[in-house]
Amino acid sequence: MKRNERVSMKHGAGGRAMRDLIERVFIAGAKAIPGVVGLAEMDDGAAIPMGDGFLVVTTDSHVVVPRFFPGGDIGRLAICGTVNDLAMMGATEPLALTCAAIIEEGFPFEELERIQRSMRQACDEAGCSVLTGDTKVMGKGEIDGVVLNTTGVAFTRTLVRDNGMKAGDRIIVTGPIADHGFAVLVARNDLKLEGDLRSDVAPLNELVRMILKRGGVTAMKDPTRGGVSSAIHEMASKSGVGVVLDEQAIPLRDEVRAAAEVLGIDPLHVANEGKALLGVRADAVDAVLDALRSHPLGREAAVIGTCTQSHPGRIRLHTGVGERLLAEPDGEPLPRIC
Amino acid sequence: MDKQLAQLKFRDPARARALGEALNRVTQEIGRDPISVMHVCGSHEQAIARYGLRATFPRTLNVIMGPGCPVCITDVPEVDEGVALALAGVRVATYGDMLKVPGTKRSLADARADGGRIDIVYSIAQAVDLARDTDEEIVFFATGFETTAVATAAEILRGLPKNLSILSAHKYIPPVMEIVSEMPGSRVEGFLAAGHAATITGSAVFEPFAARHKLPVVVAGFEPLDILAGLLALLEQIRDRKHDVQNLFPRCVNREGNLVAQDKLWRVFEPQGGRWRGIAHIPNGNLRLREEFANVDARKRFKIDIKSLWEDAPSQLTQHCICGDIMSGIAAPKDCPLFGKACIPDSPVGACMVSSEGTCRIWHQYGGVPDLREEQR
Amino acid sequence: MCLGVPGKILSISTEGDRADVDFFGVRREVRLDVVDEPVSVGDYVLNHVGFAIRRIPESEIGVTLELYEELIRRADENDLMTADVRGEMNAARKASDG
Repeated sequence: MKRNERVSMKHGAGGRAMRDLIERVFIAGAKAIPGVVGLAEMDDGAAIPMGDGFLVVTTDSHVVVPRFFPGGDIGRLAICGTVNDLAMMGATEPLALTCAAIIEEGFPFEELERIQRSMRQACDEAGCSVLTGDTKVMGKGEIDGVVLNTTGVAFTRTLVRDNGMKAGDRIIVTGPIADHGFAVLVARNDLKLEGDLRSDVAPLNELVRMILKRGGVTAMKDPTRGGVSSAIHEMASKSGVGVVLDEQAIPLRDEVRAAAEVLGIDPLHVANEGKALLGVRADAVDAVLDALRSHPLGREAAVIGTCTQSHPGRIRLHTGVGERLLAEPDGEPLPRIC
Repeated sequence: MDKQLAQLKFRDPARARALGEALNRVTQEIGRDPISVMHVCGSHEQAIARYGLRATFPRTLNVIMGPGCPVCITDVPEVDEGVALALAGVRVATYGDMLKVPGTKRSLADARADGGRIDIVYSIAQAVDLARDTDEEIVFFATGFETTAVATAAEILRGLPKNLSILSAHKYIPPVMEIVSEMPGSRVEGFLAAGHAATITGSAVFEPFAARHKLPVVVAGFEPLDILAGLLALLEQIRDRKHDVQNLFPRCVNREGNLVAQDKLWRVFEPQGGRWRGIAHIPNGNLRLREEFANVDARKRFKIDIKSLWEDAPSQLTQHCICGDIMSGIAAPKDCPLFGKACIPDSPVGACMVSSEGTCRIWHQYGGVPDLREEQR
Repeated sequence: MCLGVPGKILSISTEGDRADVDFFGVRREVRLDVVDEPVSVGDYVLNHVGFAIRRIPESEIGVTLELYEELIRRADENDLMTADVRGEMNAARKASDG
């Protein structure tokens, strides 16, 4: 470790720096238990063998500025984030959610109630409830507004990991990418952009339940912080395969494309909160796509790539006019001047 | 014509293929290996990288990324000035690209982690808004080439709020082309000039250069077809031993440039010599505020103590950096004593490691330049 | 350098120093202090860091594309190898223009 090294914002941005921090600090000090998918696997959650299946546990803390944005708010985000992490492990029927709220002194009750209503609404959509929780208040200025932590527990007989892709598998994305990140960036309003950008924040467990019934899914991950690029790099390197992506096949809303051009930010590096990346066996692609497109959250699903034996861990991106290696994001995406 | 449709026309795969084929033929006609040309524009590199154009270039064509990223060539002491101000409690507003560019010991991102207040803005107009909303002193750390400096100049001429001042690290492109083409051993046979900078300066600014060095210059835009066509025109000139200034970006560039913008630019700024990170001292390469604007010059308003940031002594590392040679195509990252040791993506020394598209950064990330032309599809 | 983004002017402030510009899906106010010539609603402008820096004459887009065709034509002379590519290109152009 370098002298005087400190945590910086890139360590929370979902890319390589964050994985390095987790590996060096937290995994190094954690004890692995045989048979359990634990911290060292760095999957979306932990899986503990139980009876004829697995108990899946996941936890996630949520901060977002602004707390309310088109398409959602911090409450909806806190529920969906955890429900989706469970779903990405194949656990689509949450048994219980917990919620810890750390609140800044002076925070308006009205806003807190609004957040609570939105959590409740998201729980209804996901078919789950918050069964226990915790509340802490910190002094003015000691924390920014409110931080929500949610933990989820669910049981599954069909555990899905993020490392099961084989050469020949196809990559499917369940809908247009980068909606959430751009919606929040624009809602912050310091860029003075206006446009119809809405977060995609939504619980994916019902959608995932439908596709898992069709079979053939070899890996799943939700491309949150760090976007599709970060998620696909992780899936490819853990699976030991290369990936070839067809950029023109990746669904993107016009407004998102426009914001990306104006700000010089690659949509592949931008967060989603209601999308999944799937590795799917070639013979199962049609069935999985059918299932996805029959659900409102998967209507615009598309096959965007193929796994290869060559260049393991690397992602080649066909752009229509050329080809490049996709880079991993190395920090929060920022607007560029050049 | 609908504009978005027009933009898509400049990304049309069939036209791109036709241009690529033509490029192939002209390189074969020239017959040399390699044929080296240089672009001096970060946005050209961004577009070449983003659209994966390198994978389609003829094997013998070596397109070198010149010193065209204003952020990467912002020199270490200039970054130190911003860091020192932030650590002294002044709010520093700057463009997002600057955040991670390293100074002697710290980048602005490090200064932020140490409690400095850094505001990321998209436009200097936002820094003006920030200043209007507060009594605190705000410094706008102004980086970018002439295209960006024009915005700074316009805002200064309108009159800044009393608590806003400017730390100019603006750079001026034309002089660096001279320096690079005069580097001993330089194999650059032609330049692709930056379209958006030329929008301001006009294509005529390159004419004395082309005549003096007998090197062709082609002004090109930033869509895939713009770049391919620009390279094709450049190679035609090389084949025919011409050295004209050719404008292939007429939708944004004319010969005399944007006179309104030039007037504002030169009323506010004057060119001065200064170091560009990892390249050289560039005569007239820096844009500094004229004396009349001393009242908004952060260097005059504040006593900026950058020596305190150096702890023991100023970093000697940059003296060993060979970015200049790498950019002029006469050395590769493996020839640099710092590469992969003292100079890594997390703590870069030279410009080529700062930029996400920089030659050294790409070598470091992929273990050499991944030549997609050689790998099997 | 210099991220430049084209957009279309939707409205101009009464003082004439600012315009609301549509970037084909998102809108933003841009300043008109340094644009090269007078602009009006409906014009296309090239923008950088929140300032319009050039009015884009619409005819120039066609001019540029013709320039590229001419370049290809010159390189193609005496070369039948590319006939198929040109055919494909013409077909694509017809499709997109149609």
